[in-house]
Amino acid sequence: MLEKALRGSKKYWLWVLFLLSIIFIGFLCYLYQFKIGLGITGMSRDVSWGFYIANFTFLVGVAAGAVMIVLPYYWHNYKEYGKITVLGEFLAVAAVAMCILFVFVDLGQPVRVLNVIRFPTPNSVMFYDVIVLNGYLLLNLICGWTVLHAEYKGTKYPSWLKPVIYLAIVWAPSIHIVTAFLYQGLPGRHFWLTAVMAPRFLASAFSAGPALVLVAALLLKKVANFDPGKKAIDSLAKTVTYAFIINVLLFIFELFTAFYSGIHSHQAPIKYLFVGLEGHAEWVPFMWIATILAIIGILLLVIPQTRKNETTLVLACIAVFISCWIDKGIGLITGGYTPTPFETVTPYRPTLPEIGITLGVWAIGFLIMTILYKIALEVKASKELVVKYEGILYKK
Amino acid sequence: MAIKRRDFLKLTSVTLIGTAVSTAVGDLLTRGEIKAEVYTSPPEALKGKRWAMVIDVKKCKEGQKKGCEKKCIEVCHYLHNVPSIPDKKKEIKWIWEDEFEHAFPEQTDEYLEEIFKDVPFLLLCNQCDNPPCVRVCPTQATFKREDGIVMMDFHRCIGCRFCMAACPFGARSFNWFDPRPYIKKVNPEYPTRMKGVVEKCLFCYERLAQGKIPACVEACPVNALIFGDLADENSEVSKILKERVSIRRKAELGTHPSVFYLID
Repeated sequence: MLEKALRGSKKYWLWVLFLLSIIFIGFLCYLYQFKIGLGITGMSRDVSWGFYIANFTFLVGVAAGAVMIVLPYYWHNYKEYGKITVLGEFLAVAAVAMCILFVFVDLGQPVRVLNVIRFPTPNSVMFYDVIVLNGYLLLNLICGWTVLHAEYKGTKYPSWLKPVIYLAIVWAPSIHIVTAFLYQGLPGRHFWLTAVMAPRFLASAFSAGPALVLVAALLLKKVANFDPGKKAIDSLAKTVTYAFIINVLLFIFELFTAFYSGIHSHQAPIKYLFVGLEGHAEWVPFMWIATILAIIGILLLVIPQTRKNETTLVLACIAVFISCWIDKGIGLITGGYTPTPFETVTPYRPTLPEIGITLGVWAIGFLIMTILYKIALEVKASKELVVKYEGILYKK
Repeated sequence: MAIKRRDFLKLTSVTLIGTAVSTAVGDLLTRGEIKAEVYTSPPEALKGKRWAMVIDVKKCKEGQKKGCEKKCIEVCHYLHNVPSIPDKKKEIKWIWEDEFEHAFPEQTDEYLEEIFKDVPFLLLCNQCDNPPCVRVCPTQATFKREDGIVMMDFHRCIGCRFCMAACPFGARSFNWFDPRPYIKKVNPEYPTRMKGVVEKCLFCYERLAQGKIPACVEACPVNALIFGDLADENSEVSKILKERVSIRRKAELGTHPSVFYLID
C-alpha cells in the first residue's frame, strides 16, 4: 500500500516538500543543540522543563483523543464512524511519534536514552510512560494498517485483530493517566499537585483529539474529495462539545479550590498565569487568548446552528485545539515551575532554535499524518465504483 | 540417508537463529555484565546509617561577621569542580546562601522574617530520607545509599530533569553547557562533569570513604556546621537536636530532610 504515498498531485508534493524543508531547519537546530547542549533553549535551573515537554504533554492528549472515534465504532458498532476510524488511528500514530520525539529532544544526554530500558525502574512514572506510549504507537499502527490492508484486498480484517483493537481502546486512557501522574505526584509543585490533573488530561484529550480529526476530515473533503459522512461529523462535534465543556469546568474547579480556600501557594501559579506575579507577566496574554478562544469555541459548539455549519464548526474546533494547546501545554508547564521552590519568579521564554526544533517535530508529525492519510484515502477511493456514462460520472 | 539441500538450509537457519536468540536473551538477563562484588569500605572510612547535618544559623552569622568569607562554599565548589557560570538562570551550585524567606517560604510570618532578616541560611541538598528525586529517576542514576546519602551516577544520567521537577528544595543543577570552561581551577582528585547531566551536593561521600568529614563542615572556622550520624543516639548531631530548637525545610512534604537548622 505504501506505493500510494509515492504518487500524488503537484499540490501533494508541494505540501510534502514544505514539511520536509521545515523538518530540515528543525534538524539543523537540533544539531546545534546536540553540540552545545540544552543551554541554547530558554530553560533554566528553575524552569527546567519548557516548550518541548509542553508540546509532549499536549500531544499525548491528541493521541488518545482518537479513541473517541474508535470506541463507538468497534465497541458500540456505530457504523457512521466507519470512514473516519482509520483517520483517528493514524492521527494517534502521528501524535505519539511526535510525543516520543519531543521527549527525545528534551534529553540532556540523548545517546544514553536506552538506559531507560537497560535499567528498568518500576518506581519511576517515566518508566511506565515509555511503555504506554510505545505500546499505544504500536497498537494503533497495527490496528489501522491491518484494517486498511484488509480493505485494500477487499476482505474483512483477520479475527486475531479484534482483541488487539479492544486492547488499543482500553490502552488509550492509560497514556493520559500515566502522563498526568508524571506531574501530579510531585511534592512541592502546587499547580500540579491535584487529583483532577488526570481527569483534566482526559477531558482535554477527548476534545482536542477529535477536534483535530474533524478539521482534518473536513479539510480532506475539500482537497481530496473524501466524504466523512454528515452524521459522523455531527456526532464527533458533540463529543468535542461535551469533552471541552468538562475540561473547562475542571479548570474552574481548580480556581474554586485555590481561591475559596485562600491558600497562597495554590493561588500563586494561577495568578502568575492570568494576572502576573512579582512583576512577571510573560504568559498572561497567552492565557487570556486561551480563555477567549475557549469561550468562542464553547459558544460555537453549543449553538446547534453553528455546530452544524461546517465553516463555523471548523472555526470552533481550531479555537478548541489552540485553547487546549496553550492551557495544557505551555500554561501547565510554566505554571508548575512558577513560583520556584524559593517562592521567586524566574521567567521562561523559548528561544529561536528551541522553536525551530519544536516546529521540526510538528512537521515530522504532519508528514507522518499526510502519508498515512494519503494511503488511507487512496485505498478507500479505489474501492469506489465510478462509471462514466455519456460524459457524466456516476459514483456508487 | 542423504540430506536434502532444502532441509539442510532449514536446519542451519534454525540453529543460527536459535543461537542468536539464546545469546541475546541471556545477555538481556545478565545485561552482558559481570556482577559487581559487594563494596567494602576501607577500614579508615567513616561509617553511619543516616548521615545528617545541623546548621547553627546564628553562629554562621557570627562567622561571617568575623570574616569567614563563606569558606564552606568556596572549598566545596573548588573540591568538586563546580563551575562558576555567570548566567544566574543556568548556574550550578552545590551549597549556597539565601535569605530566610526563600529558604522557608511556607513560614510567612513577618516577625520571623524580621528576626532572621540578616541571618544567612546555607542551602544544600537535604539528603532526604524519603527522596522524591530517587523515586522519579527512570534510570536509577540517582539513588539512596545505605548510609542515607542521596547519590548521583553522572555516567548513567540521561538528563531528563525529572528529578529537578521532583525536588521541592531546588537543590539540583543541570549542566546546560559543557561546564569545563567555567571551572577556574580544576581539582584533579575529583571528576568534572559533562554537558547534559544533573548534579548536586553528595555529602562528600568521597571524603567519608577516606575518614574525613565533609569539606564545608571542616572549612567553617566557627563550627556552625555539625555533621554526624542521626541513627546514632550518642552522636553530636543527635545530642544537639535533642536539646535545641531546630527546623527543617518543608518538613510537611514528608521527604524527611537530613539537614537541620538551629534557630534558637
